[in-house]
Amino acid sequence: MRTVQIVRIILIVSAAFIIFGPLSSLVIWSVAEKWYWPHLLPQQVGWFYWAKVLEGRMLEALQAGLLIAVVVTALSLLFTVPLGYVLARFDVPFKALVLLIFLLPQAFPQLPVFANATVYLYRWNMGAKVSGVILIQMVGALVYAVWTMTAVFKSIPASLEEAAINLGASRIRTFCDVSLPLAIPGIIASGLLVLLYSLDEFTGTLLVGSPFVLTLPVFMYNASQGYELPVASITALLLMIPGIVLLLVMERYLKAEYLSSFGRI
Amino acid sequence: MEVRVENLRKSYGKVEALRDVSLSFVDGGLTAILGPSGCGKTTLLRCIAGFLEPDEGAIYFGRDNVTGLPPQKRGTAMVFQNYALWPHMSVFDNVAYGLRLQGVPRDKIRQRVVEVLEMVEMMVAPDILERKPTALSGGQQQRIALARALVVQPKVLLLDEPLSNLDAKVRQRLRVEVRRLQRRVGITTIYVTHDQEEALSMADQVVVMDSGIVRQIGTPEEIYRSPTTAFVAEFLGVTNVLAGRVAADGRGVVVGGVTVPGGVEGVLPGGEVTAVFKADAVYLLEDGQAPPVPDAILFQGDLVEVFFVGSTYRHYIAVGGEMLLVDCPRRVGQPRVTIAVPKNELRIYGGAAARREVRES
Repeated sequence: MRTVQIVRIILIVSAAFIIFGPLSSLVIWSVAEKWYWPHLLPQQVGWFYWAKVLEGRMLEALQAGLLIAVVVTALSLLFTVPLGYVLARFDVPFKALVLLIFLLPQAFPQLPVFANATVYLYRWNMGAKVSGVILIQMVGALVYAVWTMTAVFKSIPASLEEAAINLGASRIRTFCDVSLPLAIPGIIASGLLVLLYSLDEFTGTLLVGSPFVLTLPVFMYNASQGYELPVASITALLLMIPGIVLLLVMERYLKAEYLSSFGRI
Repeated sequence: MEVRVENLRKSYGKVEALRDVSLSFVDGGLTAILGPSGCGKTTLLRCIAGFLEPDEGAIYFGRDNVTGLPPQKRGTAMVFQNYALWPHMSVFDNVAYGLRLQGVPRDKIRQRVVEVLEMVEMMVAPDILERKPTALSGGQQQRIALARALVVQPKVLLLDEPLSNLDAKVRQRLRVEVRRLQRRVGITTIYVTHDQEEALSMADQVVVMDSGIVRQIGTPEEIYRSPTTAFVAEFLGVTNVLAGRVAADGRGVVVGGVTVPGGVEGVLPGGEVTAVFKADAVYLLEDGQAPPVPDAILFQGDLVEVFFVGSTYRHYIAVGGEMLLVDCPRRVGQPRVTIAVPKNELRIYGGAAARREVRES
């Protein structure tokens, strides 16, 4: 018994080290005001960079990123709630093809796809604009949204809808009275997934949005490019907050089956 | 409301779920559609409800041809195997849903919901109307589902294996209550089940289906006592099936190594036949014992196993290459036994025996 306990403690400690080790370096870097080789710890710690970051462009980046994420999420849901329902319930011709088209952007390396898209977005006068960034993020967001929403509606037994139809409810009434209320936890989960995706999206946002549209990941990238490691570390830490919070919320709503049906037609 | 289907056909791709089904359902009575899974019984029910469109044929409610009508316009009410209650609505909202769709005034709705819940004996607690159905037991949920169907006073009540998800005790009780309710409201009811006991005990008329075909229609007594095909006979009880042939001279049938006098209509000498008898309709003899009935057919066999099943001892006996079941009130211990089948209990049908597992109830 004792060896089991010892092994367990060793495993927990090493897991904690693997998870929190890199994070602790971020924390240390975020308060390092002066840290030169070969010192193990910073020679001078303080809130200088935090203060600098919190009053600077970072807040703008946070604001812009949140705005874009909310719009992308709303648009994705608006589009995929009805689409997911139709794909889940009806024998749509070329259903497999429709679902595959939404997977397609993920099948190729992001960089060339987005680089190509950027050319077109500039041609359509959406380069370096919020609208262009929203559009490019939709490409990835719709993948998550379509597949999860289809799974959400599939997880609702058809008999619940048939019971309403049988009593005289129209298809639309049935959708509003039965399917939609039952899908709300799934819609929330799907929305959170998309929101997180959008907040963290980097490649497309950088290519299309630069230099005028700045979100947190792009801001972090710029900061670390300029060897401002403390600033990059602080941004990284801040960027993790919405992810952690939303994941905790999502844990309540997300069922394994929503994600496990990814790619299954 | 008299319900009738004529020449109904329905295929899913290459699978024919209904092959030319014609029958009429007892007006105001309960018709059970009985058959193994995949026999087409649920397809038939869903065609009547309007959820499926038959490829060919017509469905009549009284004089009206409803074949092309959408499910909303048919005036049927269905009860599902999984209850299909809406978990986000209260018991009251579930039951009231159909009435709201019909635009019944508010105070009337409340009155009718309470009435129907009393009918299904669900006004058990003062707060029952506000409860969520998921907080109730399976049996209670199915009562609520029944109430939701009955409250709209449907032309036809459709029950799709409504008791299959419940445990044995609750099932027994609900059987009685569904039957009593059905008699009281007098709505034409179609009851789909794979449980022969359920069909026999509840129905005015039993329809036995197999592979999309109606095998036999009759009262429960007719179906049980005079099955017209080997399939029906076998499906309706713990039954033994023996393959055999008409003797070369045509003056008897050879089954299990024994020649039974008499022929089978429509089968030539040498042709295949199927002999069927029920496990509880025969006698088990130990050596030297004389058969208790004069014209019994005797099969010799080796006792393989005996199980006590509560009401009786079930003996597994090898006769030729076949394993036969015989129920006997006492345990027979000796290895070599004789099965005595009274002549009128041995039913012989033309055609090869369908090889299937012995079904036990």
